[in-house]
Amino acid sequence: MALYRNGSFVADDPWRILGADEALPAEGPVALPKARFIAERDGLAGRNAPLGVVIEAGEGLDGLEDDINRLSLVVLTFPKYTDGRNYSTARILRERFGYRGELRAIGNVLRDQLRFMLRCGFDALEITHEGTIAALRDGRINLVSLHYQPASRDEAAPPTAGGHPWRRSSAGRL
Amino acid sequence: MYRYDEFDRQFVAERVEEFRDQVARRLSGELTEDEFKPLRLMNGVYLQLHAYMLRIAIPYGTLNSRKLRRLAHIARRYDRGFGHFTTRQNLQFNWIKLEEVPEILKELAEVEMHAIQTSGNCIRNVSADHFAGAAADEIADPRVYAEILRQWSSLHPEFTFLPRKFKIAVVAAEADRAAIQVHDIGLQVKRNEAGETGFAVWVGGGLGRTPMIGRKVRDFLPEAELLSYCEAILRVYNMHGRRDNKYKARLKILVHETGVDEIARDIEAEYEDIRARGALTMPQEEIARIRAYFAPPAFAELPARSSAFEAAKADSRSFARFVERNVAPHRVPGYGIVTISLKAIGAPPGDATAEQMELIADLAERYSFDEVRVSHEQNLVLPHVRLDDIPAVHAALAEADLATPNAGLVTDIIACPGLDYCSLANARSIPVAQRIAERFADIERQKEIGELKIKISGCINACGHHHVGHIGILGVDRKGEEFYQITLGGSGDETCSIGEIVGKGFSSDEVVGAVETIVETYLRLREGPQETFLSAFRRLGEAPFREALYADA
Repeated sequence: MALYRNGSFVADDPWRILGADEALPAEGPVALPKARFIAERDGLAGRNAPLGVVIEAGEGLDGLEDDINRLSLVVLTFPKYTDGRNYSTARILRERFGYRGELRAIGNVLRDQLRFMLRCGFDALEITHEGTIAALRDGRINLVSLHYQPASRDEAAPPTAGGHPWRRSSAGRL
Repeated sequence: MYRYDEFDRQFVAERVEEFRDQVARRLSGELTEDEFKPLRLMNGVYLQLHAYMLRIAIPYGTLNSRKLRRLAHIARRYDRGFGHFTTRQNLQFNWIKLEEVPEILKELAEVEMHAIQTSGNCIRNVSADHFAGAAADEIADPRVYAEILRQWSSLHPEFTFLPRKFKIAVVAAEADRAAIQVHDIGLQVKRNEAGETGFAVWVGGGLGRTPMIGRKVRDFLPEAELLSYCEAILRVYNMHGRRDNKYKARLKILVHETGVDEIARDIEAEYEDIRARGALTMPQEEIARIRAYFAPPAFAELPARSSAFEAAKADSRSFARFVERNVAPHRVPGYGIVTISLKAIGAPPGDATAEQMELIADLAERYSFDEVRVSHEQNLVLPHVRLDDIPAVHAALAEADLATPNAGLVTDIIACPGLDYCSLANARSIPVAQRIAERFADIERQKEIGELKIKISGCINACGHHHVGHIGILGVDRKGEEFYQITLGGSGDETCSIGEIVGKGFSSDEVVGAVETIVETYLRLREGPQETFLSAFRRLGEAPFREALYADA
């Protein structure tokens, strides 16, 4: 497993991602499953550490609307890489709610999807697939760098945009 | 026609390299077939019964001679000398080697073509009226909007892993020649009372194993908000469409199970949010920039009546027949729209040889402002031919077995590839189409029968659109034997309806006779030649047909 954040692998991850029944540590940043977060919301409010939430594909944001901007981490899961629901969740977080904290993809995160994820607003990818980790380390990611539509991350128009309002480029970055 | 600029060229070139890398990883064993499958499908590569199949996108069915010649070249060099035009206005090659696909894609890119999103659970090639830009009844060119949608949907980061495939079609006339009501999104360009351009919007239509007619969710969507609204529909579908069962995963099921009112509310809420941010609101200059690519060609000012054309009709019975069925009125006086039937009697529907493609390319270049269209009924169209030239075009087509005067008649059959090619099929489709065409080969008899659309699918996935055939034929497997179930009264036009199953199925030996019985019943009961099969069926219901089919049973 490796955490790729803002363009490089990072060794230290301060976050503890807790399951439904794991005891809450006394201190440090924690991310809780959505249902548990909502259930323990009042108690968590007094906690003097960054808070995060884990949203499974299909859970959506209902019930979290008022909490989003006090979160420092949102983890969206991809149980299968063909399950695209959390691409939409990511964009809604970034664009509708203006969420600025860390947005992390976990699960079946594979090299052919990386740029789609980043364009939808993810800035952190937790990767278990060895081939994807190796390809990222070696810079062997070969993905289309030009785009016909605006998405969530800030992207420049390419020099060849030709006045088209929606053309974007990921040249020079993943 | 849309022309690539540097951006478009680089986009497609990068996609070719991306796919080359994916193929290399598959061939080296780094990717398993399971991992590779969604990647290859995104690029139109299927693993069929005998070989890989490559489906090439023909956006809204518009081709020019250069593209068509390149398709002919690919057919000859990489396939077996022919290609198959599909009901999504695309072209399939059925005998492709996987390791050659990147080279084919490179050859396509050189003529501004690709195979992006011709398969997979993503937004598919956007289709449009095949008479666009030529039809006498259209209020705008629907391809302008189809091209805007094509660009927006290309490698869309949010909508590449949808629950299931997603199809959009656009028309700009009251007559629906693109079957918009059986698409996930159907768009009709229209004008409101203030004279502004916009769209009526249907959602949740589709065929497959659960056929459904789309529901209208907007009577008038302002032109500038086309993409905002489509993004809203796609987002609602992506988040809420079922993913537990691939047969219940299309938008139509979500609309059906949730209810159209609630879905419409969800779409409107999402739309308001997207529109408020304005990122996808189309500037007029951008619409104008795309529209300029579809500017009408330099039509000559001609009299509405061509004496050469009229003389040829008077001289030649076969030309007169051709005109009657295969030439449609053009919006510009002195021109006609010529349908080239890919349904010669006994030939596989929709197939064209490399030589035929090259001939049609030559004719397009010489007589039709270099334009060719693919129709969803698996024919080709020369959209802008001078009436004066149609006799020469007809003569050239006739020499290549391309002048069958059967557009819209009983032998103009849509058929999926069926069990001859497809790994999903339960039964063969093409041989049934061939045998029906042979039974009704007599052109006088076809004329007497009049407009009648037969559509054949080799399995429940309904690629042959049997649900919207006036006579629909569905191949099923019954204990290892091919059987054919017949539906009646379907229609894919603006009076859209789903055909009703008429009774138990027929064996391969019986099915052609059954079709003939249905046709004879219609001829016996119709009020006159002006009452088409579909009108007569709608008046009579299925009872007399069922009786005729099963009287002895």
